[in-house]
Amino acid sequence: CVFVVPEFPGLGHSGGGSTLLGYIGIDTIIEQMRKKTMKAGFDFNIMIVGHSGLGKSTLVNTLFKSQVSRWSSGWGSEHKIPKTVEIKAVSHVIEEGGVKMKLTVIDTPGFGDQINNENCWDPISKYINEQYEKFLKEEVNIARKKRIPDTRVHCCLYFISPTGHSLRQLDIEFMKHLSRVVNIIPVIAKSDTMTLDEKNEFKHRVRKELETHGIEYYPQNEFDDDMEDKNENDKIRETMPFAVVGSDKEFQVNGKRVLGRKTAWGVVEVENPNHCEFALLRDFLIRSHLQDLKEVTHNIHYETYRARRLNDNGGLHPISANNTQESNL
Amino acid sequence: MDAIMLQEKLVERLLCPRVRTARRKEKQYVGFATLPNQVHRKSVKKGFDFTLMVAGESGMGKSTLVNSLFLTDLYKDRKLLNAEERINQTVEIIKHTVDIEEKGVKLKLTIVDTPGFGDAVNNNECWKPITDYIDQQFEQYFRDESGLNRKNIQDNRVHCCLYFIPPFGHGLRPVDVEFMKALHEKVNVVPLIAKADCLTPNEIKKLKDRVREEIERFGIKVYQFPECDSDEDEEFKQLDKELKECCPLAVIGSNTVVEARGQRVRGRLYPWGIVEVENQSHCDFVKLRNMLIRSHMHDLKDVTCDVHYENYRAQCIQDMTSKLTHDNRMESPIPILPLSTPDVETDRLIKMKDEELARMQEMLNKMQQQIHDGKDQ
Repeated sequence: CVFVVPEFPGLGHSGGGSTLLGYIGIDTIIEQMRKKTMKAGFDFNIMIVGHSGLGKSTLVNTLFKSQVSRWSSGWGSEHKIPKTVEIKAVSHVIEEGGVKMKLTVIDTPGFGDQINNENCWDPISKYINEQYEKFLKEEVNIARKKRIPDTRVHCCLYFISPTGHSLRQLDIEFMKHLSRVVNIIPVIAKSDTMTLDEKNEFKHRVRKELETHGIEYYPQNEFDDDMEDKNENDKIRETMPFAVVGSDKEFQVNGKRVLGRKTAWGVVEVENPNHCEFALLRDFLIRSHLQDLKEVTHNIHYETYRARRLNDNGGLHPISANNTQESNL
Repeated sequence: MDAIMLQEKLVERLLCPRVRTARRKEKQYVGFATLPNQVHRKSVKKGFDFTLMVAGESGMGKSTLVNSLFLTDLYKDRKLLNAEERINQTVEIIKHTVDIEEKGVKLKLTIVDTPGFGDAVNNNECWKPITDYIDQQFEQYFRDESGLNRKNIQDNRVHCCLYFIPPFGHGLRPVDVEFMKALHEKVNVVPLIAKADCLTPNEIKKLKDRVREEIERFGIKVYQFPECDSDEDEEFKQLDKELKECCPLAVIGSNTVVEARGQRVRGRLYPWGIVEVENQSHCDFVKLRNMLIRSHMHDLKDVTCDVHYENYRAQCIQDMTSKLTHDNRMESPIPILPLSTPDVETDRLIKMKDEELARMQEMLNKMQQQIHDGKDQ
């Protein structure tokens, strides 16, 4: 990435603030911060939810251009549906341009696969709250670590089945229960099953249904900081949920090698904006809003959890590293 | 005279060359070889009926496929429900009837739709309304058949059930297995892979293999194509073999006509290409249509009548007689299916032997005790 250093203000009047008589170098703090964060590295925790077979693992691998899903860590090649929802977290460190990222992909096999799926989101909700609790305990400690390990879920990609009709009951129930606890980004999975018209109609219907049920997906309306943010986010909200296709295979199209899916009638190109919205999702998730996802998780979702906990307990006493306090979730 | 000549010509076409040459040798023949033709004419006059059930979650393309198969638009007045309206909906059974005529042959087609199946969060026993419906039709037919006025029996029995398996999974899901197991002994179940245009050819093959393996593993008895007669021609045998190897069929349906390769065909237009519904290298739609309508329609009806209905009838009669006879094992006038009834004589013998063994064991114990006591003394 390119880093732009702002021009230093020359001698003379600047609007409103005190006149600078020379160049101090305050702006170099940005460069110092950048160096430090690059050294420290980032961590990002993404959860993928959806019933089996919607291409979740393939999409995550395509997003991060590496084999980061649990299938690549030797979990076995048998796609057996577990009897209850399991939470499987796998971490990898990926590096790009000198920036290291510890990416944790949290998979939820078994979600929505049973005949009776009532409350199948409970294990997921429990996991998310457990991560908040872990962080809270560290924060409240007397002897705190310099950098608290962050296992909180920054983003939850929810995979909608491309039926072409509307959302399923389970989709609504899940998002209703969890949109106030974690950042949910709904995506339409395997969207190469719909023509352009069907896709647009389906997206329109889904957005309307989400609105009817008061489900706020990320980026949430209420957290827009200023007009600039709002405009940018409005545009994104209008195109969501993104209709995506994932693939880890390359094919030759017009002399170029592209990621795609080869069928008897053509090649679906994953990164072609005319074919699907994968590129939009990637840019949104990774190139522009990655940091914002973490901030919203920390400043809003985590704070909500913390406030609730402190109120419930009548105040959480700072505990030493030896004592552990029971969480009353 | 003319009519007989016409019939003879038709018969010649029906019979194979062997008989034709033989007939030429004999100058006189009886003429009952025209029977198939007579049957044909009578049934054409009467018309045929066929009841097809479609089952699967919503959004699998069931209605589109039915429209594509029968070139009709049965669902044009349908309003799609949104998720909120569907929250408290239970599985419904909706019948659409349409009369189709082609080259003088009339077909009364009934499509039984099952909206709401598998859509809820809790889908326990969501197939019960469907099995109840099928049983009801059998019961209705049974009553009519046993009744006095049998001239105008309406046959509403379900001849075939197309079950749509989503292409998004890795094989059969628990709800698929349970549904097919609940229905495989009541109706001819034909599993299909829906919306197959989202899969690459490799993925289709893998999924088909997986589904076939799971069907066998779970003991699901899907509709089996009958074996070819040995005197069928090679082409037919080859087609039959291909059909068997393709199961479950991967289908695509379409309500729209697109321009492909200079022709107007039913298809789906994507930015990366055009899927043609009737192109055999794109999907198995043509195979399904041929199987369902052109070659196996009659067999489906036969299996329904001879196997599923007879099973139901036998079970029904058995239930009735067992209620009548209660504990008595008297001979009933209505023949019951040969069950393995516990043999009274053998039971008695076994009991006797058991008692004898017990007595002998007791004697042995007593003797051992005596010896033991004797030793002590």
